Amino acid sequence: MKDLADVALNAAKAKGASYADIRISRFLNQFVVTREQRVQNVTNTETFGFGVRVLVDGAWGFAASSRLEKEEIARVAERAVSVARANKTIQKTPITLVPVERYPDAKYNTPVKQDPFTVSLSEKADYLLKVNDAATKVKGAPGPMFVNSIMFFTKEEKYFASTEGSYIEQTLIRSWPSFTVTSVNTKTGRFEQRNSLGTPVGKGYEVVAEYDLLGEAPRAAEQAIQKHTAKPVEPGYKDLVLHPTHLWLTVHESVGHPTELDRVLGFEANYAGTSFATREKLGKFQYGSKIVNIKADKTQANGLATCGWDDEGVKTTEWDIIRDGVLVGYQTVRDNAAVIGLERSNGASYADSWRSVQFQRMPNVSLQPAKGNQKISADDLIADVKDGVYIEGDGSFSIDQQRYNFQFGGQVFWEIKNGKKVGLLRDVAYQSRTPDFWNACDGLGSREFYMLGGSYFDGKGEPGQINAVSHGCPPARFRRINVINTGRKI
Amino acid sequence: MALISAKEAEELLQKVLALSKSDELEATLQGGRTAWTRFGVNSASTSGDTEDLSLVVNSHFGQRSGVATTNTLDPQGMERVVRAAEEIARLRPEDPEQMPFIGKQKYEGTGNAFDEATHMAGADVRARGIAATIEPARAKNLVAAGLYDNRGGFTAIANTRGNFGYTRSSLASFTTTVRTADGTGSGWGSAMSHRIADINAQAVGARAVEKAELSKNPVAIEPGNYTVILEPNAVGDLVSFMLFFFDARQADEGRSFLSKQGGGNRVGEKFFGDQVNLYTDPNYAAGPGDVFDNEGLPNTRLDFVRAGVVKTMNYSRFWARKQDKQPTPGPANLIMDGGTSSIEDMIKSTERGILVTRLWYIRLVDPQTVLLTGLTRDGTFLIEKGRLKSAIKNFRFNETPVKMLNNIEMMSPSVRITGSERVGEQLPVLAPALKVRDFAFTSLSDAV
Repeated sequence: MKDLADVALNAAKAKGASYADIRISRFLNQFVVTREQRVQNVTNTETFGFGVRVLVDGAWGFAASSRLEKEEIARVAERAVSVARANKTIQKTPITLVPVERYPDAKYNTPVKQDPFTVSLSEKADYLLKVNDAATKVKGAPGPMFVNSIMFFTKEEKYFASTEGSYIEQTLIRSWPSFTVTSVNTKTGRFEQRNSLGTPVGKGYEVVAEYDLLGEAPRAAEQAIQKHTAKPVEPGYKDLVLHPTHLWLTVHESVGHPTELDRVLGFEANYAGTSFATREKLGKFQYGSKIVNIKADKTQANGLATCGWDDEGVKTTEWDIIRDGVLVGYQTVRDNAAVIGLERSNGASYADSWRSVQFQRMPNVSLQPAKGNQKISADDLIADVKDGVYIEGDGSFSIDQQRYNFQFGGQVFWEIKNGKKVGLLRDVAYQSRTPDFWNACDGLGSREFYMLGGSYFDGKGEPGQINAVSHGCPPARFRRINVINTGRKI
Repeated sequence: MALISAKEAEELLQKVLALSKSDELEATLQGGRTAWTRFGVNSASTSGDTEDLSLVVNSHFGQRSGVATTNTLDPQGMERVVRAAEEIARLRPEDPEQMPFIGKQKYEGTGNAFDEATHMAGADVRARGIAATIEPARAKNLVAAGLYDNRGGFTAIANTRGNFGYTRSSLASFTTTVRTADGTGSGWGSAMSHRIADINAQAVGARAVEKAELSKNPVAIEPGNYTVILEPNAVGDLVSFMLFFFDARQADEGRSFLSKQGGGNRVGEKFFGDQVNLYTDPNYAAGPGDVFDNEGLPNTRLDFVRAGVVKTMNYSRFWARKQDKQPTPGPANLIMDGGTSSIEDMIKSTERGILVTRLWYIRLVDPQTVLLTGLTRDGTFLIEKGRLKSAIKNFRFNETPVKMLNNIEMMSPSVRITGSERVGEQLPVLAPALKVRDFAFTSLSDAV
């Protein structure tokens, strides 16, 4: 592989590149899709190829091909150079890179107990059909019950080499078993849904047993049924207690994205947007209350974004984003770290395919649990709420292009009255403004109740790319948040 | 590099079919080129030029099927992917709903959606277009970001029942966001077409510059229900979101906004305003689509809504058989007919209302009512007494397109849109600007 990589690097240098890298990658996906007692779809996908990125006279160029042959590699490297040269007239600000260490023979593999691609399809399908059966046989439904369940596994095998002298080989594995239960009341014409609460994670097949969909399915079916008769929420300002299966997505949208340096600098303005967390706020801005501490970490155990080196050969690490409520850090890559005068990148570069160019993508960004040794659960946080809502699971999500105004739904909404959960609510969403929301945080669960959530599909960039990213958090309490009722008639 | 021809694709697919040991096999070959130049802060950021060729193999053994894909297309790679699909099919349980592959179809040509110049355009063409935005923006102390991309590709399908089809398409798009240096104003311009000759980058940039300057220093007005003028990109976003839920099976099973109380669906019911026509037509000149869909069914014109009445929904081949209906192909694109008003006419006729340039981060809140939430972006203005009065802060909306399409007062001609999050890229979407009463904005956003 090193020989092939060197063909690209040498060809790029010969044509005038001041820097070049090549990523030779194989991406494998597997989907097993079922509904009720049917296996609807089983698909294995595989895509293999390489991408060469070059820096020529301060301009980036990139080209990619699926034919890994020496002549083609040289041709693609030269094409990348010609793409970079064509940008000369519009490269008003030359791109520079912060230094990176050399890793001449580096390796990293996601530590998994069982590679999901080695487990038989029949075992996977049988398990999902049992999950579906467990959900559909729950009694008390007002009409038909439907269940869709899926196992979705990914594997990235990638080889990176650069003119800095690094040669890095990595294999990353991620897994996600999930289901959705739908209960229909034909008489009223209403239907209610409940998704499983577990999200993708950087583990192997062992997560199937850990998530215990079989145990969750009947509970989910019961809750879908109960939603038909649940009380519509009375809108107004209420206290929220948010379970980690819900809160991870709020962390992602309201802290993960605003602290991406490419957004802050304006490079994402045309698509994902810019950020309210501008540079003059760094080190000063009270993003959240004093108990709010949020870390970025590409080394976090089981994180979806966890790896040994990022996609431009920077060794991964962890760092503070918010410390004691104050904005103290951004996510960076080699070119934008240079723009703001940093000494090094913190390793947030990623490409979702060999044919996509790497750029800044989110590391795992996690809310830290309460300090101290006191054990604090969601119930402990609920105990100090007179009028509120406890939310489990992620639902609808939307946030503006500078990451101020957001609205989130969920899966299960519990009414809290005088410190106790008193029953299910429906038609619930909350709207807030990011700094108002995080400054309203007055309670955190302890480390015993910390969990990882995450997504395979964080979208960003043009042409669009996806990124898999995890967010850990404990349960947390937020005072006086605007809760809205989403029920409508058409 | 030139696209693989129909003849070359057929020869390659016949080799794949010849490897089959299953009862039946279908293979799909897709390939093409994607090239782009991105810019931010008035300077180039990333750019690239990539090619790929991938093969999808679907094998059937009785009522079992397996799908495998690869882009390693040497003889060993082809053999490996066929065996992989067959292995999956052998190992999985039977699916009583599995349909056999379709037989030989008659396709009309290779489609109208491909343009060689669009497929082949180089980085120099894109750089010139970007310069036509960056230079005027810099001259006015504005900051531009955006993307210019072009691509061309083909899809060929063949199966052991004798079917073969080949369709090709191209796409060019130029979008730019221009912001004021103080960050108080932001404007947007866009163009998307299967012909790069239709992309007037200078005009797109000029529009974004104009909107950026008009939108400076927005004032806050109270959220609430307003008469709105939604530009075509905003309308296309909302309508296409709703059309993705036009699925007959979901409706018949009681889990759709088109389910009928007591059972069944709402085909035949008047559900939208009289002016509303929603349909797909692969030969629509301003946004043509592929010749066939992913199962090889020839794409045809199909009316989803005519004069406000739900005419049909998407029927899969299985559900059509079960319900004694015709399966629906595609869709190849999504079209909402427009009217004859201009946006200026709409503004002049409005006593008090809001002009929305585009929407952002639209998500489903409640599938029961297709309640959507999202935000306005890059140019939101208050209209009073028939004139633009001022730039206003952006709003979050919580609204259902069903209500919107019952409250239409005026429509412009329909155009190809570039929706938020690249809506309209994979599937062309054509929509008019609409003047609509009683549109629900539920909170203010500080974002510019």
